[in-house]
Amino acid sequence: MPTWPKETKYIGRHVQRVDGPAKVTGSARYTSDVQPEGWLYGMILRSRWPAAKISDISLEKARQVPGIKAAILVREGERTIRYYGEELAAVAGTSKQACLDALRLIEVTASPLPFVVKETEALKDSSPPVWEKSPNLSKPKVVEKGDLAKAFGECAAVVEGFFTTPVLIHHPLETHGNTVSWTDEGITAWASTQGIFSVRDGLAGNLNVEQSKVRVISEFMGGGFGAKFGPGIEGALAARLSKAAKAPVKLMLTRFDQSLAVGNRPSSFQKIKLGASADGKLLAYELDAYGTAGIGSGGSTEGGGGGAEFPAPYIYTIPNIRVSHRGVTVNAGSARAFRAPGHPPASFGMESILDELAVKLNLDPVEIRLKNDPSPVRQREYQLGAERFGWKQKYHRPGSSPGPVKTGVGCAGASWGGGGGGTQAEAQINPDGSLEIRCGTQDLGTGTKTLIAVIAADLLQLKPDQIQVRIGDTRFPPSGGSGGSTTAASVSPAVFDACTQALEALQNQTGVADARGDNWKAACKKLGINPLIVGGKWQPGLSSSGTGGVQFAEVEVDADTGFVRVKKITCVQDCGMVVSRLTCESQVNGGIIMGLGYALYEQRVMDSTTGVVLNPNFETYKLPGLADVPQIDIILLDMPERGVIGIGEPVTIPTAAAIANAVANALGVRIGSLPITPDKVLAALGKTQAAHA
Amino acid sequence: MNVSLNVNGQQRTLSTDPQRPLLEVLREEFQLTGTKYGCGEGQCGACTVLVDGRRLLSCVTPVSRVDGKTITTIEGLAQGDALHPVQEAFLAEGAIHCGYCTPGMVLSTVALLKEKPNPTDADIQSGLAGQLCRCCGYPKILKAVHHAAEQLRK
Repeated sequence: MPTWPKETKYIGRHVQRVDGPAKVTGSARYTSDVQPEGWLYGMILRSRWPAAKISDISLEKARQVPGIKAAILVREGERTIRYYGEELAAVAGTSKQACLDALRLIEVTASPLPFVVKETEALKDSSPPVWEKSPNLSKPKVVEKGDLAKAFGECAAVVEGFFTTPVLIHHPLETHGNTVSWTDEGITAWASTQGIFSVRDGLAGNLNVEQSKVRVISEFMGGGFGAKFGPGIEGALAARLSKAAKAPVKLMLTRFDQSLAVGNRPSSFQKIKLGASADGKLLAYELDAYGTAGIGSGGSTEGGGGGAEFPAPYIYTIPNIRVSHRGVTVNAGSARAFRAPGHPPASFGMESILDELAVKLNLDPVEIRLKNDPSPVRQREYQLGAERFGWKQKYHRPGSSPGPVKTGVGCAGASWGGGGGGTQAEAQINPDGSLEIRCGTQDLGTGTKTLIAVIAADLLQLKPDQIQVRIGDTRFPPSGGSGGSTTAASVSPAVFDACTQALEALQNQTGVADARGDNWKAACKKLGINPLIVGGKWQPGLSSSGTGGVQFAEVEVDADTGFVRVKKITCVQDCGMVVSRLTCESQVNGGIIMGLGYALYEQRVMDSTTGVVLNPNFETYKLPGLADVPQIDIILLDMPERGVIGIGEPVTIPTAAAIANAVANALGVRIGSLPITPDKVLAALGKTQAAHA
Repeated sequence: MNVSLNVNGQQRTLSTDPQRPLLEVLREEFQLTGTKYGCGEGQCGACTVLVDGRRLLSCVTPVSRVDGKTITTIEGLAQGDALHPVQEAFLAEGAIHCGYCTPGMVLSTVALLKEKPNPTDADIQSGLAGQLCRCCGYPKILKAVHHAAEQLRK
């Protein structure tokens, strides 16, 4: 079984990002920056109706607009539209203005249909069905274990609560989109994607072209968070426009489009009942949940894992349970995988009700977790984190914080699978000593290029910047999509294998006993004129899956304004063997701050009357900014013996729950609805005062 | 109309729609694609450029409004191979993730440090309030701004 070196120079240490220079000078070329000779603008006409029967779409007038080179329909014939923003037609032209003019001249004959956009309305039997043949509310998916009624009867304490989480929009800073050139030789697509091979296969399947004739390139990409796996309708449209116009077409979505049609995190509405013995051992759990994944509710959606279901009971083993999940379909864009699908809402509901139980039993929240958490890793993390955070000094009875600005603390735990496999990579050693590592993976910004350079540099005793890392091209050896925190664990072993095998081949061919480090150049020179190319593939034993993490939050809540400020987050996270420490820390920071957005700011707001998204921009959809960032203390549990494990997802899971618990600790009342906005805080405080009056 | 701009030290003239956003002119006419489209409404800062040394959101600025002005984009910040101290600081601190917000973030920092060479955390928070980073690399960005300020004061 292969093993990672014990002594390392770069692995596990802070190494400057190899793609940093290109990114700080503006030379990094993203999909939206690609401008092939003769490229045209592509643009999509979207439905203005949340639901409608479309009987005809006429492109004639649009085609007459000067500069317009192609106009196509998404689908021929009559069709039903099911959400505001659904794609109807597309045009390609020589200028943005020409395209805008053309879109206005497309004539759509439509009969509007009744619609429903809110979960609470879609639940009702009387709500207009989004899909003709199935009700909006799906049949419950039920899991039962033990004897629930009996168990609740034996509990010393039982608490009940209702928790809700909103629909979130991914909003990567680079919008979805592609630049596609379709000629007689085939299709070349520059895609902003998390999976170049899934885009290739999607385009090939969609457009009936052999996979060997589709090339997908993603040199740099500006974030995805789960929403960018397939080519999407916009990718297929760009390709078809290119074929029709006989020119490359760039079709990037607008920020407005981004809010409507390319994925979101499903909402959740969770009625939870939890019971325990007097010493805090969890005995009984009941969940009745529903949520919406838009028109895709109830099932898996593009990218996988986009349904409204979530794991329950989250992370704790409880002997008696009843879990019921229902999907609610509404007239809104379909969900897609969103950073740790299912886990953040699961964590929020479970960790919230657990704190309520702790309060009722007069137990410390950390204590009740230590009593019930089956993970030895998290047990260790809670103890380590509590010490470092100063939990014992900071925790107080809920609502006992004096003065108008209340302080509070909370904690929560998370689990994530990750893992990976299947990746191949190749190393090309050139006679001048330069080295290229090629792999058909992609770097979403997470640091994949740096990770590859760090591994190759350590194994061959070179410097990371001596290694040319080439990724993001389907002409390179295959790798899977970057989702589920699987990239590091898939790619690292393949790079390890390519490098160790290439080194062996180099040594065999040149007779140099140890070609690493100082001997490298001389050995390479002995290759003669031909470079040495050696392929490697994922090997077991170098990576693993399954991580545990815990977070502690400290907040201040202004009881006069309702404003919540997160002062500090302490994160203790297991991630096996750290490869690139700098990018690993950045992933942790990013996950936590995204979790903070989930806790306090972000939500998609739908309008019942018109069926539109009311906040399709950054003015009204609030993303966390620099001023919102708390002090973040990161403790990575280094466990090199476990091999490489991805970290992108686990770190975003428990943040919102920890913050919500801290707010409840500060106020003495719980806000069970995310995001915890000032109006909800003030309403909750008003209720408290009224109750005491 | 004819518009005349000094971009990164180079005099440029073009004939275009006066209402066309500066962002499009930079990217499509001059191939200066380091300046990014993030929202098109001046809400995210990805399109930030410097006009006469002050930050400006190029996605909501009609090109006619900067006629005759001096513009610096991310491509024009380094002097030959020598990176600007702010670029160096972002590299050193690893204040980069996907990198899509980085050009705007770097240029806004340049403008901020010109006004406040010795900024507090609060100065940086308000100075970079309009710059969004969805990878949420803010902690390292904050460090990089302090790091750059220190270098620039030397």
